[in-house]
This record gives sequence, C-alpha cells and structure tokens, in this order.
Amino acid sequence: MGGYWSGILAILAINVIFAYGIFLPVATGQLNLGGAGFQAVGAYAAAYMSYTYDWPVALTLILAMVVTGGIGFAVAFPILRLRGVYLVLGTFAFAEVVAGLILNSETLGGAIGLPVPAFVDYEVPVVLAALVTLFVFYLMATRFGLVMRAVHDDEVVSDLMGVSLRGVKVAAFAVGAGLCGLAGGLYAHTFTYVEIQAFNALVSINVLLFVLLGGTQTAFGPLIGAAFFTLLPEALRVLLPQLQASVASLFGAAGDMRAPDDSWRFVILGCVTVLMMVFRPEGLVTRTLVERFKPRRRSGLAAAEASA
Amino acid sequence: MMPPLLALQGVSKSFGGLEVITDVAFNVEAGGRTALIGPNGAGKTTLFNLISGVYRQDKGSIALSGEDISDIASRRRIGLGMARSFQNIRLMPHLSVTENIMLGQQARAGSLADMLTPLSLFGRTKWRREAEELLGRMGLDTYPGEVVATLPYGIRKKIEVVRALAASPKLLLLDEPAAGLNPTETAALSDFLAEIAETGVTLLVVEHDMGFVRSLCDHAVVLNFGRKIYDGPTGSVQEDPDVLEAYLGRRNRNEDAAASAREGIHAA
Ligand SMILES: Nc1ncnc2c1ncn2[C@@H]1O[C@H](COP(=O)(O)OP(=O)(O)OP(=O)(O)O)[C@@H](O)[C@H]1O
Ligand SMILES: [Mg+2]
Repeated sequence: MGGYWSGILAILAINVIFAYGIFLPVATGQLNLGGAGFQAVGAYAAAYMSYTYDWPVALTLILAMVVTGGIGFAVAFPILRLRGVYLVLGTFAFAEVVAGLILNSETLGGAIGLPVPAFVDYEVPVVLAALVTLFVFYLMATRFGLVMRAVHDDEVVSDLMGVSLRGVKVAAFAVGAGLCGLAGGLYAHTFTYVEIQAFNALVSINVLLFVLLGGTQTAFGPLIGAAFFTLLPEALRVLLPQLQASVASLFGAAGDMRAPDDSWRFVILGCVTVLMMVFRPEGLVTRTLVERFKPRRRSGLAAAEASA
Repeated sequence: MMPPLLALQGVSKSFGGLEVITDVAFNVEAGGRTALIGPNGAGKTTLFNLISGVYRQDKGSIALSGEDISDIASRRRIGLGMARSFQNIRLMPHLSVTENIMLGQQARAGSLADMLTPLSLFGRTKWRREAEELLGRMGLDTYPGEVVATLPYGIRKKIEVVRALAASPKLLLLDEPAAGLNPTETAALSDFLAEIAETGVTLLVVEHDMGFVRSLCDHAVVLNFGRKIYDGPTGSVQEDPDVLEAYLGRRNRNEDAAASAREGIHAA
C-alpha cells in the first residue's frame, strides 16, 4: 500500500476513535467542544513516556487512555453542572487551559513540542479503531447504552424512571475522554512528533461536527461522520484542480495551473456542513434509518393480522 | 392498623407566589382504585409532580406505606414502588417501543451487571422478553421495534401506561390515560387497568372522562383551585353540592360562555 493511502487510513482510524470519544457524551446530550484538549493530554502522555523513558507503544497507549480518562472523570463533576451552551463553552475552555499548560511546560517541550521515537504504522490505529467501534456498538446495545439515549431524550423522565443522571453523564464523559486520549496517543506515534498547535480549536470543532453530522442516535453515526469528513477533503484535494480547470476552460481560459488553493476546500466543506444541517438536522444516520434496513421481526399478532 | 399506601397531609405548593395546591390531605388505601378529578387547572398534575418528586411541596408531608418520602430524591421513589405516566406523552422519541418499556424496568435493573449486559446482541434477555410480554398483554406487540416518534397518538398513550407498569409498582399514578382515546379504546383500557388492579396494584387515576372513572374507580378525590372539595365513593360524587358548584360555578362565573352554550342547545 502506498504511503499516501496508508497515511489517510491511519488518520481515518484515529479520527474514528476520536469521534467515538466525543460521541459518548454527545449521545447523552452533553456537547463536548474540548476534544482537542483531551486528545492533547493523551498525545503528550504517550509522547513523554516514549521520549523520556522509552516506554513500549502498548504501554504508552494504555497510559494515554487511562490518564485522559481519569482527567475526564475528574473534570466531569464540575463541568457537567453546566448546561447547553455553557457546557460547550466550559469544555472549550478546558481545551484552552490544557493548551496553555502544555505551552508553558518545559518538560513537555513548550512551543517546540516533543519528538516521539516509536513510530507505528497504519495497522495499529486501524486495528484499535475496529476494536473501539466494536466496543461502542456493544456499549450501545447494553442497558447502559439504552439509558444514555434516554437521558439524551428526556432527563426529567429518565430521573423518574430511576436513572442516575449524574452517573450516566459522568461515565459517558470519562470513557469518552479515555477514547480521545487513545486517539491522541495514536496521533503521537503516527506523526512521531507532537506540538500543541496541532491540538487547536479547529480540531475540537471538526470532531464535534463529525459526530453531529454523522448522527448521534446510533453507533453508526461517528463512523460515517469521521469517514465522510476525513475522506471528503482528500477527495476534494484530487477533484478540485480538475474542477477548477474545467470551469476555467468553460470561460475559454487555459486550464489553471496554479496549485489548488486550500481555502476552497474549506468553502466546500463549510457548504456541505450547512446543507447537511438543513436537510438532515439529526445527522446522516438516524435511528429510523437504521430500523428501515433491519429485517422486520414479525410478532405472532402482526402475522395473524397480516393473514386475516 | 396498616398505614395507607399513600398519605398526603397538609400539602401546599406555590409557583412564584401563586398557591396552586392548598392544604391537601387524603389517603389512598392499598388495593383501591382512586380517581383524582377536578376542573382544568385544579392542580391534579401538580399533585402528581409532588408525589413523584418532580417538585417538592412547600408544606405538608407525603408518605408511602407510612414512611415520609418528602426528602427522598425523585429518582429513588420509583424503587419504593410508585410509578407514573404523564399527561403530555413523555416517551423517549428516539427509542423503540420495547426500549421505552425496558427503560421503565430501570429501577429494578440498575446493578452494574444489568447495566453492562447487552439487551439484544446475543438473543433476547429476560428484560426484553418481559417487556415484550407486557406489551402483548396490552395488545401492543405489533410495534416492538418501531421508533416511538413515528407512532400514532393513541398507541403512544397506551405505551405510557405500559412503561409505568414495567416498574412493577405497588402504586400506579396515571395522568389522563384515556385522553385522546376513542370509546372502544377507552373501554379496553378500563378493562386492562381493572385487570392490573386485580393483581394487587393500587391505582390513582386523573381522568376527565366520568364514564371511565365510574367504571374503573371506587373512590374519588375532587380538587378545585388546589383545594380538596370531595373525598368519598365514586357513586355519589356527581350529587355532591360542592362538586356540582365547582363544575357549574365555573360556568356561572363565565356568563357569556354559559349563555352561548344555552343558545347552542336551543339552536340544535
Ligand atoms: N411549573 C409551574 N410553574 C408555574 N405554574 C404552574 C406550574 N405547573 C403548574 N402550574 C399552574 O398550576 C395550576 C394547576 O396546574 P395543573 O397542571 O396541576 O392542573 P391540572 O389539574 O392538571 O389541569 P388539567 O386538567 O388541565 O391537566 C395551573 O394554574 C398551572 O398554570
Ligand atoms: Mg393535568
């Protein structure tokens, strides 16, 4: 496999794990706009142990996940007291605090960053992404997953049904943070270098977009969202020059030989985002859509009615 | 003597200075079928919200089986044996019918093992089977996998009742379960609830349909402007002077409406 495609596959796999990390709190109705912060914690935890103590990758990844999950757990208690847009701002602020702390930390390389000696090829993120996907599908099939979705739909009624709102939200937030940390650790070992600029606000916004546009009602959503938004820019990278050339030739001009202007990709990406929000506000994959593709399980009564 | 299953004493509740429940006291005896009736805005739903713990009363006490539950968190009350339905359907729109029922079981299935066992991945668990069985008893087994948001009103109304039942409550609080159902469905619901009551479940039902109330309930509590005005057998509720005044008095205060109603009768 070419380096280009294996690179994209690695990014896709990391984004899928990252998206599931944000999906879990979002599926309970908690928007998390601090994705980059959690990813940075995981990335720097892995990078630091790999760089300073030469830890093997398996250990750095576990550490990245546990440390980030632990921080997510600790942060969840104060931060989940916030609601709606205040929660969004609170998680966003968390990511800014993380970035600020890392930027000012000598040990973590400050503005320069840290090299990561251990490189992992695309297989590792791909296998881990598959495992994480299975894990989230499993989780969503349990009563815990049921309760997560219930809390998303109606907190008052969930509470009256005996659901611990706090417990469900904190658990989803912390486990999600752990997954963001794993995505960060994989990022560190895939790019073999971490610098805090890579974990900026745009990253947090993008991953939340993956999740919201993919759909938050089923575990298919983040998978589709991450795939779509990782591959679309790449497709545009290839298609855009051709598009520009054909538009140019339409006006009789010679094909535009300039390197494709990166900003146009964002324009198209932005338009696609707006269109999806207008036409599929609940995300690409909704519960109703999934049900439509499932084989109908006819019960006795339904069968009797049908034959009558 | 056994304490009553539910006992309210001197319960009052204000919203922003306006008292909507005033010094309400009544008992619901175990095994009874009590109706809670009253004109629109009398405070019936608010009383349900106080009993289930959505709001806390300003004054008075609410006791379940003799134990004061005023300080017990709303989420723990269903575990003590009371479950409720909602006047405005409050099903989870993105969950399937069966999933909504399984949510109703939550108070009995909150252990870590229960939480982390898949409900359907490897065949149907006992929880799912139990939920489907309950739906079947209500004649709702046509729709197990359907997402609730797509179902008609009457069906969703019934699912609300079944979800409350899924908690296996001792005391079932139903807020206008027959509203919006046609006469056949209403009669079927009445039979179904009578059957539930036979199994030892105590009913406290808010309902405007007096036919439904008379066929199902043996006891009635009437509220008007947040005060209890009647507490006695269902049979004599419509002869009670206070109750008559509450319903007719409302009309008297609204002379125009009464006049146009009379005209309507003459024109017909
Ligand atoms: N959360 C609240 N905040 C302010 N006022 C409220 C609130 N809940 C109820 N009320 C008021 O309390 C009064 C009683 O309302 P409630 O819904 O309990 O009446 P009800 O007897 O259930 O009426 P209906 O038969 O129409 O359902 C009404 O005047 C209502 O406006
Ligand atoms: Mg009401």
